[in-house]
This record gives sequence, C-alpha cells and structure tokens, in this order.
Amino acid sequence: MPPLDEIIRGSQIWKSVFRHPAPIDRRNRVVVMLTNFFLHLHPVSIKKQGISLSYTWCMGGVTFFLFLVETVTGVLLMFYYRPTLEWAYNDMLALRDVASLGILREIHRWAAHAMVITVWLHMYRVFLTGSYKPPREFNWVIGVILLLLTLLLSFTGYLLPWDQLAIWAITVGSNMARAHPFLGHEGPGSALLTLDGIDMITNASDARFGLLGARFVGEETLNRFYVLHCVAIPLAAALLMAIHFWRVRKDGGISGPL
Amino acid sequence: MHGHVSYEDFILQVAGFLTTYYLFIAAMNGLAAFYLWQSGRAKELFRLPGSGLAVTTVHVWLLVAGVFTILSAYATNGGAAALTLPQAVRDFADARMGPVVYTVGLLLLLSVLYLGRNFFVKPTVAWAGLNLSLLLMGISMTDMDFASIVMKPDNVPIVAMIYLLGFFTWLSASKAVQNDARTARGEVPLEKLDDEKVLVWPDLVYTELICMIALMAILFVWAILLQAPLEEPASTVKTPNPSKAPWYFLGLQEMLVYYDPWMAGVVLPGVVVGGLMAIPFIDFNKQGNGYYTINERKFAYCTFQFGFLVLWVTLIVMGTFLRGPNWNFFGFYETWDAHKVEALNNVDLSQYFWVDLLHTGRPKAADDAPMIVKIGYILLRESVGIMLLLFYFGGGPPAMVIYSKFFRKMFLRMGFVRYMVLSNLILLMALLPIKMLARWTVDMKYFVSIPEYFLNF
Ligand code: HEM
Repeated sequence: MPPLDEIIRGSQIWKSVFRHPAPIDRRNRVVVMLTNFFLHLHPVSIKKQGISLSYTWCMGGVTFFLFLVETVTGVLLMFYYRPTLEWAYNDMLALRDVASLGILREIHRWAAHAMVITVWLHMYRVFLTGSYKPPREFNWVIGVILLLLTLLLSFTGYLLPWDQLAIWAITVGSNMARAHPFLGHEGPGSALLTLDGIDMITNASDARFGLLGARFVGEETLNRFYVLHCVAIPLAAALLMAIHFWRVRKDGGISGPL
Repeated sequence: MHGHVSYEDFILQVAGFLTTYYLFIAAMNGLAAFYLWQSGRAKELFRLPGSGLAVTTVHVWLLVAGVFTILSAYATNGGAAALTLPQAVRDFADARMGPVVYTVGLLLLLSVLYLGRNFFVKPTVAWAGLNLSLLLMGISMTDMDFASIVMKPDNVPIVAMIYLLGFFTWLSASKAVQNDARTARGEVPLEKLDDEKVLVWPDLVYTELICMIALMAILFVWAILLQAPLEEPASTVKTPNPSKAPWYFLGLQEMLVYYDPWMAGVVLPGVVVGGLMAIPFIDFNKQGNGYYTINERKFAYCTFQFGFLVLWVTLIVMGTFLRGPNWNFFGFYETWDAHKVEALNNVDLSQYFWVDLLHTGRPKAADDAPMIVKIGYILLRESVGIMLLLFYFGGGPPAMVIYSKFFRKMFLRMGFVRYMVLSNLILLMALLPIKMLARWTVDMKYFVSIPEYFLNF
C-alpha cells in the first residue's frame, strides 16, 4: 500500500482543493503562490532584503496578524456580551468567572494594546527607511488613516466592559469633543453660530453629543461604541488594509535601495 | 491602592517575581556569551598583566550572568528587601523630579545618544545599557509605589513598549551608522548587498508561519499571567481621581496642562495627523529611500524623532507613570497622595502687560455696552498676545528664510507652497515646547485669554 500522505494527496477531494503537487520543487513553489487565494497576496519571488527581519521588523505583518486575532476573539466575545447597562458588566464577570476558555478577554485586550504598539513601530520603521518617498507616498497616507482607525478601534472597545475604568476614560477622552472649535458647545466660536438668537451648538447638538449619542456617557453611548467597535471601524480598516497591501505590491514591493 | 498590603507581604510577592526576573537576565547574558564564543565575534578588552591572558566580552557577560544568578538566589531566600535603592536616594530622586527635569532630562539624554551614536550603537555598549536598565528596573520593583504603578495590568504593555522602542531605535541607528560609514568609503548600503531574488515559498511563507506561532505563544502566556483589569461597575457619580484617558491618548491629556481642550484635544491632534500625512509631500530629499541612514537625512530624522520620541512617547510615559491624583506630578517612588497640593499661580500675558507693566488694569467694556464694543475691548485687552501670535505665524516663515541659510536653501528647492506647509507645521509643533518653557520660566498661563468665547491660547 502506498504511504498515507500519497493516498490523501492522490484523492479527488484533495486534488479539487489543491490543483498541483506539493510545493517541493521550484515549479510547484511558483505555482502554489499563484493558485492559492491566501498566498496570492504575495509575489512569487522577492528580493532577499525585502524579507529580512532586521529590515522590515515584520511589524506590518505582525499588526495584520494581531488584527486577525482581534477579529476571531472579538467574534467569540460577541457570543457572550450584550451591550446594555443591565448586562455589559455582568457579562464581563461571567466571562471571567464562568465561561470556559477563560482567557478570551485577556487575549483580546492584550492583543489590542499590542496592536497599537506594533502599528507605531511599523510607522517608525517605514519612516526610518524612508519608504514613504516616491512612489509610496499614497500608501503612507493610507497608513496614517489605518493608524487612526487602530486607535479608534481601541478607544471604542475601551468602553465596552462598562466598569469605572471604561466610562471615565471615555468621558475624559470625549470631553475633548466638547471643545471642538465651532462644533463643540464649549469650543471657541460656537457662540457665534446662532440663528435668531437661538444657539445652534448646545450640549445636545454638538460634536460630543454626536459621538456619545447623549449629553454624557450612557446607554446610547454604549450602543454607539459597540456598533462602531464591532462593525463600522473593522470594516473600514479591513477595506483600507486590502488597499494598503495591494499598493505595497503595485508600488514595486518592499522598498529597497535603487 | 496598596494601603491594605503590608510591606512584608508585598516583598514576599515581589520576591517570587524578582527571582524569575533576575534568572531571566542571567540566562540572557549566558546566551549572549555563548553566542559570542561560538560565532567568534568576541572582542578582546584587555590582557591580564603577567600571564598575558586575554579578557574578552565572553568573560564579561559570563560574569554578569553569574552576578544575576546570585541576585536571583538571594531574592528567593528573603533578600529581596535588601536589593533596593537606599531610601535617601529615592527621596532625592523624587524631590528633584518634576515635569521640567523629566522632559528636559530626556531631551538631553536623547541628544547625547544621537550625537554619540557611533559609540552608543556598538553592541557591547548597547548591551551594557540594557543590563543596567534592567537592573535598575529590578531594584526599583522593591519599592511599593513604583511597583504598584508599573504592575497595573494596563501599564505593563507600556513598559514593554519602552523596551521595544529602545531596541528598534538601537537596531535602526546601528544599521544607519554602518551604512553612513560605508557611504563615506564610497560603498553601497548594506541593504543593496541582498539584491538577489528568492522564492516566497518557502523563504517568506515559513518566516511568517514561525512569526505567527511565536506571537500566538506570547499572547497566550501574557493572557495567562496577566488578567485583564475589571474595576467596579460604572458609576456616573463616583469620579475616580485621577481620571485618565486610555494610555495611548495620555500624551494629549498631558498637553491639557499647557493648552485648553480645543488646542490639546482637537487642533494639535489634527496637526499631528495632517502633518504625518504631509511628510511624503514635503520631504523632497531623494536620498535615504529603502535603506537606513541618518547622515543623508539629518533634518528629517531629527524632526521626526523630536515629534515621536520626545513629544509623543515621552509625554505618554509621563502621563502614565508620573501623573497622579489631580494630575499632579509624582516621582517614580512617590506615594500617590490625593491631598498633595501644588500651588498654581499662572498668569495671563494680558495681566503681565496691563497690570504689571502699565499699571492701568485690564481694559473692560461697560456691562451694558453693545456686543461690538465689548468685542473691541476684548481685542484691545488681548492685543499683545494676538500680535505676538500674528508675528509668530506671519513672520516666522519669512524670517526662517532670511536668517537661516538652511531654510533658504530649502525654500529655493521646495517652492512656496511646500515651504509654507513645512514651516507652518514646524511652527505648530514648536507651540507645545514653547508653551512649556513659558510656563516653567514665567508662569505663563495664556498668551491670549478670551474666556468669554472659550478662546484661550
Ligand atoms: C493597521 C495598520 C497597518 C497594517 C496592518 C499594515 C501592514 C503593512 C504590511 C504587512 C506591509 C508590508 C511590509 C512590512 O511588513 O513592513 C506594509 C507596508 C507599508 N506600510 Fe503599513 N500597515 C499598517 C499601518 C501603516 C502605517 C500607520 C503607516 C505609515 C504611517 C504605513 C505605511 C506603510 C508603507 C509606506 C509601506 C511600504 C513599506 C515599504 O515598501 O518598505 N502602514 N504595511
């Protein structure tokens, strides 16, 4: 009888998924990169320094990986969590004390912190190698937006445990919006926006209200941040990441000396 | 926060941690010695007189590993309390520490590292620095106040970040120094030597796989060792003191000391984002694309490092570790005392001008005066500050061109629009250090203070 792995590789099922022999010779190593959906993000061959860890620090890749970890653990957390005043905190307690896989929340939180750090390190490396210079200017700009989205993801998630740490951190953070020039009710210039003597920018219509959905951090805010955190921002970030990776290749691959 | 734990109990807890910690550093040094010995990269430091035996870096790191092993054993056997900084030293450090000493000190330190980079990037020097900082961390951990802040679950990542930033700054500077030396000799940068092409499968795909597994392992260990914080249920009436934003925004919260929210929370962050996006379009220097270098792009390097390491990271570290109740400043070893009072006697520029200089009192419209008159009086009251501001932004860019050869060359090469963007970004970035200096030296509160319209600057 032939060895087991040959039987598997020779079966119709396997062949329907992987349309070529194992990538152990040069030809098939090229083919695997072209036919596999996940691998086709990569080119077939690459300059040696483009994959040197001491050059790229692998920080963009690590950030992306952490984003995937956040997506998976985040979906799992959503099974357990209800964004209401009644349940949010209790669900946290249950996650800690009752749920199996009791480190789900830990992985999600620490990977989020780590992602903020690695995205800074990635930007740091891109700057230090001058990789934002032509032709990669636009990808740098996309990167800056991704950095912003990463911070916002982290910020919106910070509120969800609904403990003291959460609401006061968000209160301090969102109080800034109150002072937005013209758009915040305590911001410079907002007093000038009046219609027939009626203030247009009040604490129930200003930028902070838009962010919180209320005059202070409350139930509406929890709902708003939940939707932003679980749906809106991840979708935006995923879209921009797709463009970001595509541009890395279209701009000629990882930068290198001319 | 730790009021209910006695020092003895605390030391017992810390002893376990320190044992592992010192053992880890010992292993690190042992591995380094082993690596140097195996790879033949050991450097001879000096020869023993008489026998002529060469002492190399292998011996030094072995010795260091031995010392840390002894420290580790000592910490287990109840000696942890003795492995500490003398109280007098800690008190001295706390008394001297303040926003000024901290910020200016770090700026000086980074400047020295930058200027002496050829020396500091040497692996031996950098490794010695790492050992020293780890030792200092270790002996500081026996201080209850230090430990209680550093060990807060959400703060642990920041300690990790400091070391990661240190490592990567060293790595990049070390490559840049090598490349700059090569360029000076007329050789190509190191990155150019790796020009040959390799197949992505297996070379890159396997690297990625190993990275993912390693990361997953790190995350699991981290998640098991450190529980995610969960405090008391949210209460809108019990305000914690201090109330802090999430750690990555603490640099902005620290700016609130110097600027009102509309500047610190809206305008300056906007400038940071806009400024970052503008970088590729104002840096016209074609050199240094795709390899590490400092000499070929000194201005870009220094400006970015000032913004990133000095302003962004330094302020986050300060906001996290050194700002306690009421946002007062506390030294590394100081207890966070909610009753600490700091005298605030900051004065507005208009006060300095009208009251202290002219002795007239600040101009003020009659209470029943029409709106337009009131505004006129406000503008008069704040005229000095407003003029100063106009002068700063209006006069700054041309003055730089006229008085600085460097900026003149830039202006000629960049053209008007790009130069204006660059110079204004620099002026905006400089606003923060300028305000800090003004606060520290002459207690400046606001240059322009129009509380009537929430416009304080
Ligand atoms: C969620 C955030 C981000 C992800 C997942 C991400 C991912 C990546 C990856 C995987 C690469 C390939 C090379 C490498 O790993 O270094 C890359 C390259 C690049 N990234 Fe990002 N990135 C992010 C944010 C940023 C930010 C914040 C910036 C800059 C402000 C940036 C600018 C760039 C540029 C210019 C390149 C091309 C570098 C080169 O060719 O050497 N990215 N990014």
